[in-house]
Amino acid sequence: MAKENCIISLQGVNKVYDGNTVVNDFNLDITKGEFVTFLGPSGCGKTTTLRMIAGFETPTSGQILLNGEDITRIPPHKRPINTVFQRYALFPYLNVYDNVAFGLKLKKIPYEKTKKDGTVVTKMRHLTREEIDAKVMRALKIIDLEDLETRDISTLSGGQQQRVAIARAIVNEPEILLLDEPLGALDLKMRKEMQLELKDMHKKLGITFIYVTHDQEEALTMSDTIVVMKSGEIQQVGTPIDIYNEPVSAYVANFIGESNIYNATMVGKLKVKFLNHVFDCVDDFPLNEKVDVVVRPEDVEITVIKDEATSDKLVAKITNKIFKGIHYEYVLEVGKSEIVAQSTKDYPLDSMVYIDFEPENIQIMKKELTKNLYPEAYLDKNNKLIISDAKFDVDVSQLLKGSHVDDELYLIAENGKKYDLDDADVIAEIGLGDIEIVDGYDNGNANGVVVSTIYIGDHWQVIVRTQEEEDFVVDTQDTWNEGDLVSVIVKPEKISLTLKGNIDKYEVE
Amino acid sequence: MVKKIIGKSYIWLILILMYLPVLVLIAFSFTESVNIGQWAGFSFNLFPRLFQSKEIMIALGNTVLLAVISAVVSTIIGTLGAIGAYYSKRRMRNALDLATQIPVVNAEIVVAFSLTVMFVFLGKIFKAMGGDSYIFSFWTLLIGHCCLSLPFVYISVKPKLQQMDPSLYEAALDLGASPTKALFKVIVPEIMPGVLSGFLLSITLSLDDFIVTAFTRGSGLLSGSKNIETLSTLVQAKIKKGPIPPEMRALTTILFVAVIAAVIGITIYRNHQEKKLNLSKRRAG
Repeated sequence: MAKENCIISLQGVNKVYDGNTVVNDFNLDITKGEFVTFLGPSGCGKTTTLRMIAGFETPTSGQILLNGEDITRIPPHKRPINTVFQRYALFPYLNVYDNVAFGLKLKKIPYEKTKKDGTVVTKMRHLTREEIDAKVMRALKIIDLEDLETRDISTLSGGQQQRVAIARAIVNEPEILLLDEPLGALDLKMRKEMQLELKDMHKKLGITFIYVTHDQEEALTMSDTIVVMKSGEIQQVGTPIDIYNEPVSAYVANFIGESNIYNATMVGKLKVKFLNHVFDCVDDFPLNEKVDVVVRPEDVEITVIKDEATSDKLVAKITNKIFKGIHYEYVLEVGKSEIVAQSTKDYPLDSMVYIDFEPENIQIMKKELTKNLYPEAYLDKNNKLIISDAKFDVDVSQLLKGSHVDDELYLIAENGKKYDLDDADVIAEIGLGDIEIVDGYDNGNANGVVVSTIYIGDHWQVIVRTQEEEDFVVDTQDTWNEGDLVSVIVKPEKISLTLKGNIDKYEVE
Repeated sequence: MVKKIIGKSYIWLILILMYLPVLVLIAFSFTESVNIGQWAGFSFNLFPRLFQSKEIMIALGNTVLLAVISAVVSTIIGTLGAIGAYYSKRRMRNALDLATQIPVVNAEIVVAFSLTVMFVFLGKIFKAMGGDSYIFSFWTLLIGHCCLSLPFVYISVKPKLQQMDPSLYEAALDLGASPTKALFKVIVPEIMPGVLSGFLLSITLSLDDFIVTAFTRGSGLLSGSKNIETLSTLVQAKIKKGPIPPEMRALTTILFVAVIAAVIGITIYRNHQEKKLNLSKRRAG
């Protein structure tokens, strides 16, 4: 059911193009007067959703309700909704005034006419020239272009054209104004100015704005509500502050603002382990659950190591430092992981520092575990994959299309180039169902202890933790008990590898 | 220096090759001799005689009427076709593009002959249905000329559509225009230059067409119950029997002067427009 004061409600809206689902089960209620932003990368379905609201596209299934009435199949010219197009779409052969007046000249309003016999009938009439004139001038005043009314569109700057496009839409007094990346074609300075002006205009006009952008900063600055989208689906709906501080997934966190994202594991009640260190946190997740952790750069606390006294705090090395005006941006290294931090204080490059995070600044998000990911794996001189001390046979020819491995274990490319992959850093991925668990401690590629078993629907999800604290998450039909000593086996063809960096640096003459 | 002279004389040579025949013709339109190449003294007499010749006047009238009607018909069909193709799915659009490109490069004789065969065949069908088997008339001629100029309208409108911002149509709908209003208030004005040049091209193509005319004409227009005679068919008929009537030279001169006047007029108008645009742009900047 639509909530109270809801102006437009999208219910289970789907859009399928040639078998591709572009928008998938989109449900959203928008309150009257709200400034809503659809945010997402290109191709996430945000513009398609907007076009369905405008009426240019018809949903494959689902409903769009305007003030409780179904408008799903009403054509665009009969909807009280106007659009500001991405590249303005001004009519080039009309001047500024006629562009703005275009909608008004088509509009018909009801009026009451008294017939000779005294009965009153309601008829429709066009607006008079004076009425149109007054409305156009008011709209031009709102956008500050009063003295350009007779100018040709082609003689206007990008910013001015943008304003005319907005005037042309708002002059019709729509209930909803749709804006499709309207600032995309402007330069940075102009864009910032227009952001503030649009926000201001929204306040003055009091109508609902639905804004589409891929620019997270724009979304944060202007919106009352942000809808983050990914591949046709809503990821999160919330105020800018909610979305920034409490992202629901690594995707949202990554999209909104700069962030440090890590794989982490819950190791106790309100305790999470990442960067090989245990931190207190405020989010309660089940023990041994694999999670994603986000820490914003401004929430990384750096303290100088005063004396040699050992502390249980995390030690990091400053490897990069950039002065950004108000603050410094540091890149710190812990083992092979990087942390981006912002601080107003000046710390010397290459120095060792303590870093810490306030528990409430560690945002823990449920991980959608689809495969085991080992971003810090490497190859040894025998072309075996090493995942923290565990050795796996792999097919390294997958790193280069059309290549093969010769007798001396060099990788030979299609064009005859030769590569030595000794010590090459790779990202290894292993599907959850591609790992086999066997009894006994020394019967496979790696060995460890079963630390968690969860029954998911029709199979068990088992986590095997090695001595080096590496986890193998395995989907299996067999039952294992926590504490079992086991080995894991992975067939070479089930491991997929991605090389870190360019393969050229491994080339040998 | 030598290079410059050679370069310049080359251009002059080309210009002379292009315009000398016309100049010779213009010169000979001011002499009354029947045989071409003989100078029988300067006179304006050919011009009044031209307007007295009923034969030529009928042919001229037929030519102009046919050109205008066929240009109007093919401009409307071609423009709507181009708009339809532009808003179709890509596969359909590509197919239409190809289909309209073939007649452009196709030999005119193929078009003319296939039309004749089709009309004869249609005549047989009409006869079987109880009608007249001879269907050649003004209408077959009109169809022939439209077949000739339609693809040219399509290809002169298409680039204008491609230059147009595709969201203009949606913008018009968004502002409350019905699909028909949006078409006539937004798309048509926007592609008008292309439509106009398609129209002019159609007129030119129809004016000097001989092959299709000769193959598809029947009775009608100003020729009444006789076969429609256009300027090109008239000249052809005359050549077969004897010398070209000297009045034709005067007519050709008038046509040439009219075309030159039109070209100069259009150029002056364009320059004027450009100046106006530049001026307002400078003011804006």
